Amino acid sequence: MQRRIAAAAVCLAALTACQRETRDLRPSPTRTVIYGDAARESEIQPGGAHTQPIVGGPHEGNAYEISEGGRLYGWYNCAGCHFHGGGGIGPPLMKKENEWVYGAQPANIFDTIIKGRPNGMPAWGGKIPEYQVWQIVAYVRSLSGLEPQNATPRREDSMEAKK
Amino acid sequence: MTPFQSALDPGARQAASIAWLWWGFLALLATIFVVVIATALWTLTRRHRGINQEPLERVHSPSTATEASLTRWVGGATIVTVVLIFGLIVSSVLTGKAISKPVSKQPALTIELVGNQWWWYVRYLDRDPTQVVVTANEIHIPVGRPVLIRGTSHDVIHSFWVPNLNGKRDLIPSRVGEEWIEAEKPGRYRGQCAEFCGLQHAHMALWVIAEPNADFEKWKQAQLQPAPEPTDPHLARGQQVFLSNGCVMCHSIQGTPAFGQVAPDLTHFGSRMTIAAGTLPNSRGNLGGWISDPQSIKPGNHMATIALPAEDLQPLIDYLESLK
Repeated sequence: MQRRIAAAAVCLAALTACQRETRDLRPSPTRTVIYGDAARESEIQPGGAHTQPIVGGPHEGNAYEISEGGRLYGWYNCAGCHFHGGGGIGPPLMKKENEWVYGAQPANIFDTIIKGRPNGMPAWGGKIPEYQVWQIVAYVRSLSGLEPQNATPRREDSMEAKK
Repeated sequence: MTPFQSALDPGARQAASIAWLWWGFLALLATIFVVVIATALWTLTRRHRGINQEPLERVHSPSTATEASLTRWVGGATIVTVVLIFGLIVSSVLTGKAISKPVSKQPALTIELVGNQWWWYVRYLDRDPTQVVVTANEIHIPVGRPVLIRGTSHDVIHSFWVPNLNGKRDLIPSRVGEEWIEAEKPGRYRGQCAEFCGLQHAHMALWVIAEPNADFEKWKQAQLQPAPEPTDPHLARGQQVFLSNGCVMCHSIQGTPAFGQVAPDLTHFGSRMTIAAGTLPNSRGNLGGWISDPQSIKPGNHMATIALPAEDLQPLIDYLESLK
């Protein structure tokens, strides 16, 4: 009996630790990260060397945010160039971690979306709110299996009917 | 003017048949209810004519005459029940057939209606592409003319229901469902989504505005115009704010480079009665609140939260309200 109660308690405790289903319906529109700080391009810093800060994706491992990213990937027409991850006019997004030209870390992909890249990637900064960019980052990373597996495959929260 | 939606205040022939059916059901079923309850009360309270109560354990065997009489009563009641239920089914099916029949061979208007989480895309179809009107959450129709609604959905199943005009029509992804509406008297008829479709199902309403043909044509001609170029610098600033922020990613305003296709068309936003799919009256204050913090008004909706400083927000509101 005591073992059962203990098991139930462990299960309940595990639930509170589960971030997979958290839904932040009212994201803060305020800027949380300064673009340039997301991924630094120089090792040299004034005032002595610091280790490079790692800016993680705020939505890592959250199924809802990844699903929202997937919706926005369609809405903002990422598929127009990258297709559904296989690439077309733009490069594929399903690839190994070392194949990302500008880096596969969340901060790198964030920068790529916000600032754009030469040869065709538009700069989306100012047009897509930052919290949504982070959602797209999470989704794009999930395409290559870079997001924690327990948060993918995503559930389709808005099943877009293809016309 | 009908400020509230009601299936019992019909503004069209189809809604009138539904209302008749509803009143018929109510009258019949209320009568049956009263009869059943009265019989039960009579049975419970009637005097047991001097007979000693039989102990419960003993095998109960009423006389043959009593048995026959009971059989007749129960059998008769069963037959009456079956006949009544059959009658109700027939009248319901006949009404359903009558309201789903095409009103005419040639609709005066064909409107494409697409349900989205959580708003309505509305497009007036026409062979001539210059006559196609695109709007959202508000349908204008001419009084006394048959209008064909061709409905579908862009995401989950929704249902189009304007109770004062007709019954429900489900909007199913990648299928087209048809419904005829023909308002007999001018008025504003409220409708809403009648199929649970997610977080903001309750805030997915629309208005059907039935008006005399001349007024309708005037409205249509106005809707066909692109948005006017802002003349005063304050409104021009508002347009710039719209075009240089996230708004332009989802919304379109004809006559500007805004061609977003995933959110309501705002070309004549200022002419609409409500904002956020019938959630709030279209007023300056409500619009300001909606733009600043849409997730407080309709939590979970797909409008992005965009931080705009007051000096950008004010001209934006004025610009949008100027789009009559």
